[in-house]
Parts: sequence; C-alpha cells; structure tokens
Amino acid sequence: MSAPDPVHAAGEERAARVERRWAGLAVCLMVLLTGMAAYAGIHRATMPQARVETVDPQRLHIGGEFVESNLGSALEDDGSVTVRAIGQQYSFTPTCIIVPTATPITIRATSADVVHGILIQNTNINTMLAPGYVSVISARFDKPGDYLMPCQEFCSFGHEGMWGKVRVVAKEEFVANAARQRRQSCAQ
Amino acid sequence: MPNSKRLILAHFWLAFAGFGVALVLGAWQMFVRSPLHPWISDPEWYYRSLTAHGTVMAYAFPTLVAMGFGYAITEAALNQPLVGRRWAWAGWWILAVGAVTALVPVALGNASVLYTFYPPQIGSPFYYIGVVLVVVGSWFWVALMSVNLALWKRAHPSAPVPLAMFGMLGGAYLWAWTSVGAALELLLQIIPVALGLKSTIDAGLARVFFSWTLHAIVYFWLIPTYVAYYAIVPRAIGGRLYSDTMGRIAFVLFLVVAMPIGIHHTFEDPQVGAAFKFIHSAFTALVVVPTLITVFTICASVEIVGRLRGGRGPFGWIAALPWDNPIMLAIAFSFVMLGFGGAGGIINMSYQLNMPIHNTQWITGHFHLIFGGAIVIMYFAIAYDLWPHLTGRPLLDLGLMRLQLWLWFVGMIVTTFPWHWVGILGMPRRMAYFDFTDAALAPEAVSVTISVIGGLVLLASGLLFIAVLLRGHLAPVREVESYRFAEAVHPPVAVPAALNGYAVWIALMILLTLTNYGFPIAQLAARSDTSVPPVYVGAQR
Repeated sequence: MSAPDPVHAAGEERAARVERRWAGLAVCLMVLLTGMAAYAGIHRATMPQARVETVDPQRLHIGGEFVESNLGSALEDDGSVTVRAIGQQYSFTPTCIIVPTATPITIRATSADVVHGILIQNTNINTMLAPGYVSVISARFDKPGDYLMPCQEFCSFGHEGMWGKVRVVAKEEFVANAARQRRQSCAQ
Repeated sequence: MPNSKRLILAHFWLAFAGFGVALVLGAWQMFVRSPLHPWISDPEWYYRSLTAHGTVMAYAFPTLVAMGFGYAITEAALNQPLVGRRWAWAGWWILAVGAVTALVPVALGNASVLYTFYPPQIGSPFYYIGVVLVVVGSWFWVALMSVNLALWKRAHPSAPVPLAMFGMLGGAYLWAWTSVGAALELLLQIIPVALGLKSTIDAGLARVFFSWTLHAIVYFWLIPTYVAYYAIVPRAIGGRLYSDTMGRIAFVLFLVVAMPIGIHHTFEDPQVGAAFKFIHSAFTALVVVPTLITVFTICASVEIVGRLRGGRGPFGWIAALPWDNPIMLAIAFSFVMLGFGGAGGIINMSYQLNMPIHNTQWITGHFHLIFGGAIVIMYFAIAYDLWPHLTGRPLLDLGLMRLQLWLWFVGMIVTTFPWHWVGILGMPRRMAYFDFTDAALAPEAVSVTISVIGGLVLLASGLLFIAVLLRGHLAPVREVESYRFAEAVHPPVAVPAALNGYAVWIALMILLTLTNYGFPIAQLAARSDTSVPPVYVGAQR
C-alpha cells in the first residue's frame, strides 16, 4: 500500500469513530429492550405463562378439572376467581364466560381436539390452547362490560365461527350468584 | 457472465410464476373476507386458497429466488462455470415435482391445513411429501454452493471470498440447518400419522419443532435481499460499498443468531416454560444488531453516491441521488418498509408486548410488510438487475419499472398499515369471514376495506412486474457488459479466516440450537400423555 495521505487518514479515522458509535448504539438498544422485558417480567406487570402443566387430552371428559360440570367461573376461598374452559371444534365451553370486576382472575383452559386460541378483544389476554397442555393466564377487569373472545388459531373449516364472549359483572352480583351456583357462566 | 443462463432463468421463472398465482389468491382472500363481499358460502375454499398462498409464497417462491440468484452469484462472483450443473437441474426438478405433488391435494381440498401444518389436523400425505421434496431439492443447491466455493478456494488460497458469495453461502447454510426443524416435525410426527402408521401426535412438540424452522426461514428469505443491498445497490447507483468487513460481520451474525430464537413464536403457548421463552426473546434482540449494521453501511454507501453527485449538507445528498434509477427506488422503499416492519418486529419479540397482538392481523401485517415489502421489492430489483445478463437483451421499460416499484410500495403500505391497526383492535387472523354488522366489529370494517384496495394495487404491481420481465425477452439482442458486483471503498486485501469461511460459525449455530432447543424438545419428546388422535381434513365428525 502507498503511504497514507493525511486528509484521507483523518477521514478514515472519523468514519471508523462514527461506525463504532453506531455499533455501540445498536448494542445499547438491544440491552435496554431486554432489560425492560426482564424488569416487567420479574415484577409480573405482564408475562407469558411461567410453568408447563399437562392434562391427558383423551380423558378430559371423564375426570379431572376439565369435566363439564367443573367448567365455568368458580369463586375461591381467598376471594379470587378461577375460570375453567375448554376449546373444541368450533366452540368454547362455556360459550360465555362470566367474571366479576375488581377481582384477581385465573383462567385455566385447554383444548379437547386441535390447537385453538383464546383472545379477549381490547385486553391483553391472549393464549394458545394446545391439547395435552393447560394454559394459565391471570387477568383483572375494572369495569363491567361485554367482550368478544374469538379463537385466534386456525382450527379447520369452522374456525371463522368460533367466537365466545366474556361478560364482566359487578363483583356483588357475582358473589351473590356464587352462593347459588358453584360454577357460573352466562351461556344460554 | 453466467454460463448457466437457462438454469438460472428456470429458477426465476418458476419462482415468479408461482408468485403470480399466489398473488391472485392473496388478493381474492383479502376481498372475500372484507365487508365488500357477502358471506362466503363455503369457507373451506378460503382455507384452501390460504394454504396454497402460504405454501407457494413461503416455501417455493423465496427458495427458488435464492437458488437462482445463488447460482448466478457463484458464476459471476467466482468467475468460474458452475460445477455440477446437472445436479442443479436435478434439484430444480425435484423441487418442481415436489411443488406440484404438494399443491394438487391442496387444490382438491384434501390438505387445507395452512403452510404451518397445524397438527393434529392432518391432510393428505402427498401434501407433506411434496413439501419435503421442495426442501430436498433446495438442499442440492446448498451442497452445490458449498462445493463450488470449496473448489474456488482451492484454486485461490487465502484470497478473500467475494462478499456476494460469502453472503449467499451464509444463507444456504442457515437454510440447511433451519429446515431440519420442520423436517423432523414432518418425518417423525406428521407423515407417519398421515400414512396411518401412528395413531396419535403431540401438538405441543410439533409447534416447537416448527418454531425451529419458522424464524430462521425468515432470515433465509432475507439473505438475497441483504446480498443485493451490499453487492448490487452501490454499483447500480454508481458508487462503492462503504465497508466490506461490516457486510461479512452482518452475514456471520445472521447465521449464528437467526437460529436459536424461534421460541418467540410460542410465547403464548402452554408447552414451553417462561425461562426458555425469555432466553429466546433476548436472543431475538441480538438480531437487531446485524440489521442496524447493514442500515448504517448501506446508508453510508448511498450517501457517498449523493455527495459524489454534488449533494451538500446533512440532507442535500438525498435529493442528489439518482432517483430515476429503479434500483435506487427499490432500496429506498425497501429501507422504509424495513424500518416500519422492524419496529413492529421488536414489539413481537418483546415477551410482554406480544400478548395483545399475538395471532391477530397485526402479525399478518407485520410479515407482509417485512417479507412481501422490504424483502420482495429487492427480489424485483435483483431480477431487473440480472435480467439483461440472463437474456442478453436490455430492459428498456425504465418508466414501467419505476411505476411497478411505486405501486408495490404504496400497495404494501396501504395493505399492511390498516392490518396492523385492526390487529391492535383484536381481530384474529386466518378467518374466512367476519360479521361486520356486530357492533364490536363494525369499527374494523373501514380499515379492512382500505387494505383490500392495497391488495388490488399489489396485484396490479405484481402482474406489471411479470409483464416487464416478459417484455425483456422480446427486446432486441444487444451486447451486455459483464456482470459486476459492488466494490468496496477499501477492497479487502486479506480477510481473517473467521470472516472468510463459516466453519466456526456453523459450529456456534449448532451449539446454540442445542442449548436453546435441546431441553424443551427433549422434555416434550419424553412425554407420552399429551398426544392426541389426528383430526383428518374433510373427515366427517
């Protein structure tokens, strides 16, 4: 190579500096994003399901927590509510889920046949339902109202018709009904 | 330039013919589920069309483009005739036969399972066998790329491998390894059930296998585009590549970090625990780095051109760029779409933010913007740049080419932005019908209608693209200068071995796959109590 000309050498050094800065910025961006995700996860602001739970998909209807008589919303001793639901081609059971306001809610759901999904519109409740595995998701609703709950995964030719509902009612109403019904739903 | 012109043209034409058909299907799907069309009386047709659209656009089209472009680079960059051309034709034929084998049962409605397979839904075994053949055909290409470079290296010891070849080879190795995930799912799980040899299947395990393929395949689609950024764009607009080394680093990083991140597709799945989800989320963040490096290097290369043409000041160089050059338009559009699509991608990979948009139309919007937009618009640029060298006839319709690129860009934005929006509203993907008379869905009707218009613009652009290429075959024959790739400002003289070959990076890629996938797969494979009987497509229940 020829002797470096001073103007060119200065330019090259400057270029290398700019390049290094950009690379540093890229790495910082990545660390920041990952750090934010870790922080929000540790503080349980929101995070995907933590543990893997299984259930024998061929015996759902015979026994265990997903038998038909146990599906729906249950008021627990600690005041929280557990919702149990299953998806099958092409509906959810219960088709309309009822939950109270201002209450910690745990949704436990699975599939009886193919892969389905639960998405409650205008919330960040969204999970897959895979046969053999239990999906667990925490939720809390502040105001009464109705939400649509489509199946968000292609489950064959009737997929477009698989829409459930979630009805949020006042806490008092839910608790009063709980005295009469062990498992509540708003399905007709 | 290329000696194997017929071979390369055969790859491109099969790719673009499939693309044209799948594009028509895509536009029809957008229309039929929009408020512009009443209830589709048989939704099965929609899913049949969707399966064909996905299978062609995800498997056949980009693979054939990568193969054709790869062979062209092998001959043009290494300056030697392709060794093993007969094997290359064999690969093409296997791929073509595989594509037909897969698409006949799809057309008959016996395999409407979508290109992502979704066991325990099971379609005709011919569909899966056809897909396997497509992949096997492409493996011939991987082997040929590797062999040709090895022969060149033997003849040119310690010479730097041309960047275009280096990049394409990285894509080939990435594809070889990432296709193993879907291959395992097909060969161990789905095909035995489709043939009736096994009676149950674990859907959770299948989803993890598929995620192995599903993310890195996107980077395989991306590699020809990145090779075009580095090796075509600076030359085509009359400049030089800012940094050859940074290009090599970007390709090496793609090979290593595109692979062990696929579980970010299963964030909302119950069969994978939180720890591996988080690890894959963090690794996905790493993929931002090679893309940002590329954005810097290519913007710097383009800036050099602007300044050489007399552009001044922080932005004046942009106005001075050769905007009448289709390649200049393509790179600009590609970068805009890469910016929006990349920002959306960071949301998808971020562990928590994914929750509200998982499996909504946001996702469809995202990958159409990245793949259909940023990537495919550079496939157009590659074809425009390469065509005269393949046909020996110049492409004279510069105005039509610019119009085509503009239509594709505008069409893609008009299609995907409303798609993202309705995704945020919670509109699920892959549905044949929406009841827009429902008060809760009515607000989505306008956005969906706008995106149909975008889809029609895309269709017009795609057909125009094919017309421009066809007209290229009819132009008068003219002496075409030899095909060149962009030269770097500082052409590489000696390159460290780590940036001149992939041995160490392949080892790292495999190692990271084992650490990031080994445990989740082993744990799921050991279970026998989570399998379900298959649900055969079309069977009466």
